Amino acid sequence: MSGFNKVVSSYQEAMAGLTDDMTIIAGGFGLCGIPEGLITEIKRQGVKGLTIVSNNCGTDNFGLGTLLEDKQIKKMVSSYVGENAEFERQYLSGELEVDLTPQGTLAEKMRAGGAGIPAFYTATGFGTPVAEGKEVKQFNGRDYILEESVTGDFAIVKAWKADKIGNLIYRDTAMNFNPMAATAGKITVVEVEEIVEVGELDPNQIHTPGIYVNRIIKGSFEKRIEKVTLAKN
Amino acid sequence: MSLNRDQIAMRVAQELEDGYYVNLGIGIPTLVANYVPNDIEVMLQSENGLLGIGPYPTADQVDADMINAGKETVTAALGASIFSSAESFAMIRGGHVNLTVLGAFEVDQNGNIASYMIPGKLVKGMGGAMDLVAGADNIIVTMTHADKHDNSKLLERCSLPLTGVGCVKRIVTDLAVLEVKDGAFHLLERAPEVSVEEIQQKTAGKLIIPENVPEMSFDY
Repeated sequence: MSGFNKVVSSYQEAMAGLTDDMTIIAGGFGLCGIPEGLITEIKRQGVKGLTIVSNNCGTDNFGLGTLLEDKQIKKMVSSYVGENAEFERQYLSGELEVDLTPQGTLAEKMRAGGAGIPAFYTATGFGTPVAEGKEVKQFNGRDYILEESVTGDFAIVKAWKADKIGNLIYRDTAMNFNPMAATAGKITVVEVEEIVEVGELDPNQIHTPGIYVNRIIKGSFEKRIEKVTLAKN
Repeated sequence: MSLNRDQIAMRVAQELEDGYYVNLGIGIPTLVANYVPNDIEVMLQSENGLLGIGPYPTADQVDADMINAGKETVTAALGASIFSSAESFAMIRGGHVNLTVLGAFEVDQNGNIASYMIPGKLVKGMGGAMDLVAGADNIIVTMTHADKHDNSKLLERCSLPLTGVGCVKRIVTDLAVLEVKDGAFHLLERAPEVSVEEIQQKTAGKLIIPENVPEMSFDY
């Protein structure tokens, strides 16, 4: 690497420094917009005791769900985890800890974490099991709970295009949690469909400025679809 | 006759207003999109980051990068915008979505809703539901009035863990349309040929019955 050029050529290099018991923030919604190759590399490395902050945990044989096979995940922080039989088994047997977090609170935890805000108040979850043990404060007569932000040792992100210095553009709803995840890692690794030369992306169209990005790798994506739903004719 | 799923959705669609931004939950609420009256425009919000949900794609249009919050493939409507999850929930929490329609296991006479967790069964998670009920000014719950053992789902107090407190304004069930206010369910309409007595019998919470309870009308 030289200067601002953040492109790496191997997945090993992309995930270098990952060790047991680390926290990883991951972009993606279901199987949409997930860094497939980076997840495969985490599986290959075999690190264990991971805390993963991600809206979902993939499916049994795709995405983050594959890390369950070798029991690499200690704790999931997610809003919805229903699509996964091995997840259910490990959860019910107590091998896997799950912190169910409302989806908007999860997004804001990442956003605030990346923005240097340690906690925030939200009405979401007040009066529900999510509020247990959390500070409650009234503003303008309404009750809010205090939620703490998250940051990760690593953030793993999927973008559509990157230039070599890490400016990112996402595509369609594959954006989802990726822009927040990108800000919330000590080391942010981005897997993209296309890497272009500096200057080729319009500065007005950048979703994530390169300052948040440490490493970029070009991936090849299967892009599995959970529910193909077609128009009725 | 109690309403079927599509008829519940048709009745909910009558609550839509021209220019509304609307979030539809999974299940019956999703069907509401099929019955938007022709003379109004609404824009549907999907909490994974799409404002302006279009029709399901043709086989040629299927794109893995374009899904709705139920993880189904969709298209973008004319005038759609796409954004991050944080932006999406800023819209939701900030009260910018005019109407949220979602399902529930139970609601109670104080507008509390339980929709995501049955103790002893596997908890899959609340997804965006807690943010949606905390953020929307106007929430319609769609559900069957009673479970398959005829136990009421409209209660004095929810028995299951809550998704949100004091937030449900209106309920459309297979038997009735009800408003929730002042600590009671107020019966507004009944399904065609359903008696007020049946609704009363299947409502465990406090039910206010006006002198005249019209039948729902579906002719538009």
